[in-house]
Amino acid sequence: MDRLKSIDDFLILQNRLVANRDPRIPTLVIPAGTCGQASGANDLIRITKREILRRKWTDQIHLRITGCHGFCEMEPSVLVEPRRVFYPKIGPKDMVRIIEAVARDEVLEELFFVDQETNRRIEKQDEIPFFKKQIRTLLSFNEKVDPIRIYNYIENGGYLAMALAMAKVLLNNNPQYVVEEVKASGLRGRGGAGFHTGLKWELLERQTNGNGKFIICNADEGDPGAYMDRSLLEGNPHSIIEGMIIGAYGTGATDGIVYVRNEYPLAIKHLTIALRQARELGFLGEKILGTDFSFDIKLVKGAGAFVCGEETALIKSIEGKMGEPRQRPPYPVQKGLNGKPTIINNVETWANIPVIMRAGAKNFAKIGTEKNSGTKIFSLVGKIKNTGLVEVPMGMTLGEVVYGIGGGPAGNTEIKAVQTGGPSGGCIPASRFDLTIDYESLKGLGSIMGSGGMIVMDEHTCMVDVARYFMNFLKDESCGKCFTCRKGTQRMYEILDDIATGKGTLGSLDLLEELATTVKDTTLCGLGQTAPNPVLSTLRYFRNEYLEHIEHKRCPAGVCKELITYSINKNCTGCQVCLRACSAEAITGKKKELHAIDPDKCIKCGTCRSVCKFDAVNVR
Amino acid sequence: MVTFYINGLEVSVEEGSTLLEASRFFGFPIPTLCHMEGLSPYGACRLCVVEIGKAPNAKLVTSCTYPVEEGLQVRTASSRVVKARKMILELLLASCPQSKTIQDLASAYEIRQQRFKQEYEDCILCGRCVRMCEEQMAAKAIGFRGRGERRSLGTPFDLKSEVCRLCGACMYVCPACQLRCTFSSPEEAVCGGCANLSPPCLEKNSFDDMMCYMEPCVACEIKKD
Repeated sequence: MDRLKSIDDFLILQNRLVANRDPRIPTLVIPAGTCGQASGANDLIRITKREILRRKWTDQIHLRITGCHGFCEMEPSVLVEPRRVFYPKIGPKDMVRIIEAVARDEVLEELFFVDQETNRRIEKQDEIPFFKKQIRTLLSFNEKVDPIRIYNYIENGGYLAMALAMAKVLLNNNPQYVVEEVKASGLRGRGGAGFHTGLKWELLERQTNGNGKFIICNADEGDPGAYMDRSLLEGNPHSIIEGMIIGAYGTGATDGIVYVRNEYPLAIKHLTIALRQARELGFLGEKILGTDFSFDIKLVKGAGAFVCGEETALIKSIEGKMGEPRQRPPYPVQKGLNGKPTIINNVETWANIPVIMRAGAKNFAKIGTEKNSGTKIFSLVGKIKNTGLVEVPMGMTLGEVVYGIGGGPAGNTEIKAVQTGGPSGGCIPASRFDLTIDYESLKGLGSIMGSGGMIVMDEHTCMVDVARYFMNFLKDESCGKCFTCRKGTQRMYEILDDIATGKGTLGSLDLLEELATTVKDTTLCGLGQTAPNPVLSTLRYFRNEYLEHIEHKRCPAGVCKELITYSINKNCTGCQVCLRACSAEAITGKKKELHAIDPDKCIKCGTCRSVCKFDAVNVR
Repeated sequence: MVTFYINGLEVSVEEGSTLLEASRFFGFPIPTLCHMEGLSPYGACRLCVVEIGKAPNAKLVTSCTYPVEEGLQVRTASSRVVKARKMILELLLASCPQSKTIQDLASAYEIRQQRFKQEYEDCILCGRCVRMCEEQMAAKAIGFRGRGERRSLGTPFDLKSEVCRLCGACMYVCPACQLRCTFSSPEEAVCGGCANLSPPCLEKNSFDDMMCYMEPCVACEIKKD
């Protein structure tokens, strides 16, 4: 790859790449992000490569290995372009058949996606309800782009936004153009707090003290059940690089840093390759595209502390110190990394920048609501039919996401609540699913947007147990600097554990509430201030569950082990499946006779219930 | 000079002062544990919280770390502040009841009970000793390790430090173990009126993880095993 020496050079390269592309050649697109690889995408890739090579079809059928497309529930899946046929849950044998069918220009109807509601087979990806109701401005690139091939990104319009922004600034002699455009787009930080990105950039642009300004990409995604940033980094690292270059060009930043957690090896690998390619092509380094602008991006790996996602702690971590937040002001934009002006934006925010520059601020602002423009990616997980990444315009209702896209509850139950925003967020009950998803209304319900985790809970989820789970996470992940956060989370866990084990009193409920309010009030950083949210929101909407635990020593959802007993009812056919599955040997009974569970031996693991085909195990 | 308001009183102080310094200068008492003159402010104990701003955007911040701002409204003893401090002191008492300093503070704020499970810790991780060692003694012999509930204090890998000069400053500044109440049964130690001034470490054997880096301990001359 030769270094591009001017904006014209880039446009020539781009035109050549687009012209060389033949969209008629059938392409097998295999999503192989971490989620895809875990479900077997690597096998499909191996088979596809082998079959295509063996039959010498390399010119007839193309293969594209991409990041996650979002529909993780159906992985490993294959998308066949240009017809966009979607084959979910493909095994190795099916793969060979698909390749043969593609070569004959046919489709395999029996492998199509089946819509469970209508029982209809759906051929095309875009007609599947899960995809149909989304607006996939960011995630659609994950389908189009092979993350380790920069040319692939360029031929799909990549880096064009960067070149256009540079050209517009130079032609009109308007250095404010980039910041103005981002401001006009109304983009708000996707990391959770929802600060206006344009305002942040303007502040950085105005900083004049000293030489050198930093921009940082915060990829320290640590919420349990959230993986939007990982998928973006794995599937389309160039969009983040491009966003950062545009950001640096607009704000005059000299250095960029991507802070990514070491638990994301594939993301680090793809980003490293992408950075190298961008440098080789001259998008990074000295005198980018022949302009006077120089900028480079460095990768810093974090050791996986949740608190290092907080901006001041993140800066300390990059500096090599202990990851502890500090008092703001001074804000990082005044005094950040190594004392220099610094701004920190989330992965998704950076990925949105090229979109704004390509489409224009006005067009970007058309999506979503007035104060919450654009789309947001959520990771929809938990007890829901279609788990995966969904990208929806801001202002969609929670119900539409959960039922319309997510397909409703996974089993034969009702959805009870959705937990948004990870450990810092709260639980929103099903009665409030008419709520629109935006920063303000989520906050009004005692939750937060967060980075976009959405954990769906049904009747078999105990809210006390949920609060306890998050508090256990937080007491480990609090940095421990603030006494109230360190001890407060420990004590809240202690009280919740008491309630869940039947030792709670009504007094402990009051104490819990009082303590939660104090922790919220008196801690320094976002982690501590939002740590009580899981407790406060569950207390607000599901107080009766707490009371049930305390007054009647009963867990309505059948989760809290100390408060439940397993028994076998008359549905039992005596098949002995549970008997064999029980690791505690607590089940007795002869073949074709009613079984019984010895409550003294039972360890309440729930295995018998999950293996029983006759619904014969009761939990009380 | 920066002009702002403490409890409604208009005051002017030099730019760069903290709210704590200003409040104390004008005679508004604010309790502290981790703060110490001569050491950099850290904001770990959260006892010095004050309320700033106007409702509904009023918030609590630690006065020891917050710099004065022009026109800022500060309330040092509003009901929200007192409520928070009371809860913090209750938490402190629940974890570290033998400290004379904490007992006195709790007594001053009329804490008559603590509703958590009683613990007997020797350290509240306020970080005074760490800052003392680094900033005043220029030794950096001790520091924080771990995070969350596993956060602790000590020398690297718990080995005897090569840079420690056994100056004892860490113990001298400790608000938890300095003037430790030596009431014989710790369960009843929350009395608030104990004025026992016995030297530290005297009852070392009854406390497993006493924070003492001296070897031998100058105060009590008990040799570490």
